[in-house]
Amino acid sequence: MTQNGAYAFELKNVNIYYGSKLAVNDVNITIPNQKITAFIGPSGCGKSTVLRSLNRMNDLIASARLEGEVHFGGQSLYEQNVDPVEVRRRIGMVFQKPNPFPKSIYDNIAYGPRLLGVRSKSVLDDIVESCLKDSYLWDEVKGDLKKSGLALSGGQQQRLCIARTIAVEPEVILMDEPCSALDPIATQAIEELMRDLVKQFTIVIVTHNMQQAQRVSDFTAFYSIRKEEIAGGKENRWGILAEYAPTGRLFSNPASEETERYIRGEFG
Amino acid sequence: MATQYETSASKSGANTIRATRDARTTIYKRPRPGESAIQGFLIFCGLLSVFTTLGIVYVLGSEALLFFSTGAVDLVEFFTAPRWQPQSGEFGIMPLVSATLMTTLFAMLVAIPLGLGAAIYLAEYAPERTRATLKPILEILAGIPTVVYGYFALTFMTPLLRAIFGQNTVSIYNVASAGLVMGIMILPTIASMSEDALSAVPRNLREASYGLGATKIETILKVVLPAALSGVIAAFIVGISRAVGETMIVALAAGAGPCILYGANSNCFQSFGAAETMTGHIVRISGGDLSYNSIDYNSLFAIGLTLFVFTLILNLISRYITNRFREVYQ
Amino acid sequence: MATVIDGEPEIKTFMPDEAAFKRGLAGRKTRGLVWQIFFIASIVIALLALAALFLNVVNSSFGLVASTFEIDPDEVVEGGDLQAASAEQLAAAIVRIRPNPSKVLVRDNLSSVPTNEFTTRPLSDVLSGHTIPPGIESKTINELTPEELGAVLAANLSTDTMLTYVSADIVGEDVLETYPLFDSLFNRGAIEAEVIEEFGGEAENVEVYFRSWLRPSFIVTKQSSDPIATGISTALLGTLWIVTITVLIAFPIGVGAAIYLEEYSVSKNPWAERFARVIETNIRNLAGVPSIIYGLLGLAIFVRALSAITSGAFLGLDGNGRTILSASLTMALLVLPVIIINAQEAIRAVPSSIREASYGLGATRWQTIWKQVIPAAMPGILTGTILGMSRAIGETAPLVVIGASTAIFTDPNGPFSSFTALPIQIYQWTARPQPEFRAVAAAAIIVLLVLLLLLNATAIFLRQYFRRQLQG
Repeated sequence: MTQNGAYAFELKNVNIYYGSKLAVNDVNITIPNQKITAFIGPSGCGKSTVLRSLNRMNDLIASARLEGEVHFGGQSLYEQNVDPVEVRRRIGMVFQKPNPFPKSIYDNIAYGPRLLGVRSKSVLDDIVESCLKDSYLWDEVKGDLKKSGLALSGGQQQRLCIARTIAVEPEVILMDEPCSALDPIATQAIEELMRDLVKQFTIVIVTHNMQQAQRVSDFTAFYSIRKEEIAGGKENRWGILAEYAPTGRLFSNPASEETERYIRGEFG
Repeated sequence: MATQYETSASKSGANTIRATRDARTTIYKRPRPGESAIQGFLIFCGLLSVFTTLGIVYVLGSEALLFFSTGAVDLVEFFTAPRWQPQSGEFGIMPLVSATLMTTLFAMLVAIPLGLGAAIYLAEYAPERTRATLKPILEILAGIPTVVYGYFALTFMTPLLRAIFGQNTVSIYNVASAGLVMGIMILPTIASMSEDALSAVPRNLREASYGLGATKIETILKVVLPAALSGVIAAFIVGISRAVGETMIVALAAGAGPCILYGANSNCFQSFGAAETMTGHIVRISGGDLSYNSIDYNSLFAIGLTLFVFTLILNLISRYITNRFREVYQ
Repeated sequence: MATVIDGEPEIKTFMPDEAAFKRGLAGRKTRGLVWQIFFIASIVIALLALAALFLNVVNSSFGLVASTFEIDPDEVVEGGDLQAASAEQLAAAIVRIRPNPSKVLVRDNLSSVPTNEFTTRPLSDVLSGHTIPPGIESKTINELTPEELGAVLAANLSTDTMLTYVSADIVGEDVLETYPLFDSLFNRGAIEAEVIEEFGGEAENVEVYFRSWLRPSFIVTKQSSDPIATGISTALLGTLWIVTITVLIAFPIGVGAAIYLEEYSVSKNPWAERFARVIETNIRNLAGVPSIIYGLLGLAIFVRALSAITSGAFLGLDGNGRTILSASLTMALLVLPVIIINAQEAIRAVPSSIREASYGLGATRWQTIWKQVIPAAMPGILTGTILGMSRAIGETAPLVVIGASTAIFTDPNGPFSSFTALPIQIYQWTARPQPEFRAVAAAAIIVLLVLLLLLNATAIFLRQYFRRQLQG
């Protein structure tokens, strides 16, 4: 399932609005294939918004609107005849708070394949086992796949969500702060898992934890906030892409002073 | 004990503050008879509901007991005899029960699919403004007195059914007409409760489903509805309970006179035939001349007791389902 | 899924290929559309049913009527069109055809002196408070000429009242058939032809005219066994009496119980906690009990066992226990759960910061509740009360079981009167097969619905008012 070309995503002049309010301004970025790219930045900088635009999840918000181009594998994602359902099948997502369905572990993972028409029990068994193994969860749950997904611990639930996501064989996995609700041990497990998964999938992760970005990612995009005063003493705020570089270079030798100040923890 | 305490703001009131402070030098409990009296009244108010339930149980039970102790009928006959004809000494309740079940069945045929369908539309498809307009309109449907529905059943639904299925098939009083209108009356209740249950399903479950590439209908049918199932089932059971207890619609449109359960002339299960339900029977008999010490009078309470137990069990099941299976989402 | 074997990634895929996926997706979307149509249809059907209900009722309340008359209307007024007759014409007809009953009309409707003095006192006393035509104030009733008597009637009785009297008592109208509004407006010719064919025409004293069964006089006229002459004032007053007493009883008790459950039951004493839970469960069960069971309860306890109280016997009145008081007590029990549950929610919604602030200033529990919690919870409490009142107005079955009167023709004047109520009348009239009873039932339904509409509109208004008070 490798992509043709080196880029998974290419964003050109992307602006994202909620209603009339500008949320993210002029993002230009190319996200490479089969690498882990991290989005970091202070709260409200729009990194989650940009992430969710990559798989058209923003469509679920009625007032959201995108200008510019988002290319995935040579195709523009926001063209008229593009079906979000197809997009999301190829670009999966793991969310901040683990959200397994209130079904059994087996049914959680089999949900996606069943939607696509996979009916045979033996095939589904294979899929479930292979996804659980790839998510480092198999040994812990193989005894009882009928157990409810909600009965697992937080870290296990998140791994279950990852297993569920890879069951439909996407090309990309988007992760929106996947570890922020987990304890350090569970976080470590997920980070190890990510380094394994990147052999098969492109990963884009939003994280507010800079050390995590340094640990796992190959490339890092730093988003920041811009403000302007308008009439009535109020101000408009929107997010921009401030700097984008290979992770090692961004953290050791940031090009802009703003990035350096953020890395040093001077604002967040 | 009286310490000087003055701020610029309180200078004018300082003497008052000091005076009341001196009076309140004690911190020990003082008798407050007013508070106790009020508390007593409030406890009485709470207790009144318990008295009501006890009253219902006592009244229904004691009169029903009188009914069964006259020797005219025993429990077995009560539940198995095919006819309810007090003149000839037959007191089988099953004809009345089966008519109740028939009307309830028709009601649920309408109320469950349409109620759930409306709930799904309101919870998942309707834009906010449409929802805000439609919900009050459904409330109106729910607030119309049942006697008005009874009029509607008799003057609109029955002629409609007779026009569609023929005057010979559909009698003027029939259970289908009453049942269908009952369904319309109960539809808003089921819709409202189901919609609450569906809206309570957290957004992140829907997002997970969409993220896996599911369509909207797949998300609704495979994730949201199963997650809300306990609330939806509870809504259905409440609807059934209301249908069983409903009186005026069946009294006006379903027919007077119990049907015959089995045997040569059995007619309890004809959709377009007339039959009297438990509630319709109580209302007809008590609306006429009723002497207080007759077996007719006591029999009303026996029927009432059956009805009460029936609906109580349904309501308990509904509450049990809601509490026990309240979906744990995280 | 890529699995690594001997260092070479082997790509094994379970998922359908692109073409199969697209086909599958088309099918999935079509299914979605079908379901969506069904969901929308559900709402549409519900709305259509509501519209059909209203239109049906309106359709029956107005329309052409074919009637026969014992006395030809032509002999009563010029031209025979009773509906178009003026007050003076009707009054003159009444005096001419029924001279003594017309004096009875004055005595029953307008007199303010005792019956035995009616014929001896001058008009200025008898008709005090009403209009007296000039020049006859000092005459007694028996000294009046027919013209003067007619003038008295015309000046004080409404055209509708006199029309009702004329229709029922003089002309002896008997309705043969009623026709729905829609047909009456657009197919008048066809209806008139049908009437002539079926019932006859002028020669058989058959007339067709347009009748509004719902008219202002309908609301203020007393009940009568003749559907032409009947009004619903008796039933309306019965409903108003019952609802008022019900609320007076149920509101304090309901709010009291809610206060107890929310404010007083939270204590360190586990028994108090358990006690409150029992009461709460109990109330929720009671909310689901069919209303007819409350009727049976009321019959056994209020009508029979407590008949000494409910019949007013302890006040020296005679009668039985089937009084407004019994009805109100039963209704109060019926609506209590609704009021309690709503009030509970309203009280629970009051933020604890308000209570804490009050306690912090040294207020007692009741002071806090009375001055802070209840005012803050008022919108929700009122909603529950109005819901309860709406139920009390619309419920029929318990009243029938308790013994609403089937033949009552005097307006209720106190809690110990026999009673009928709006929904009871609708029930009784609907159950009669004659078309004129259906029409009157429809008119009564409109009155009932308007009453409920006014009540709920008041509720919304009051809720907004209290909400603004709280935020102001």
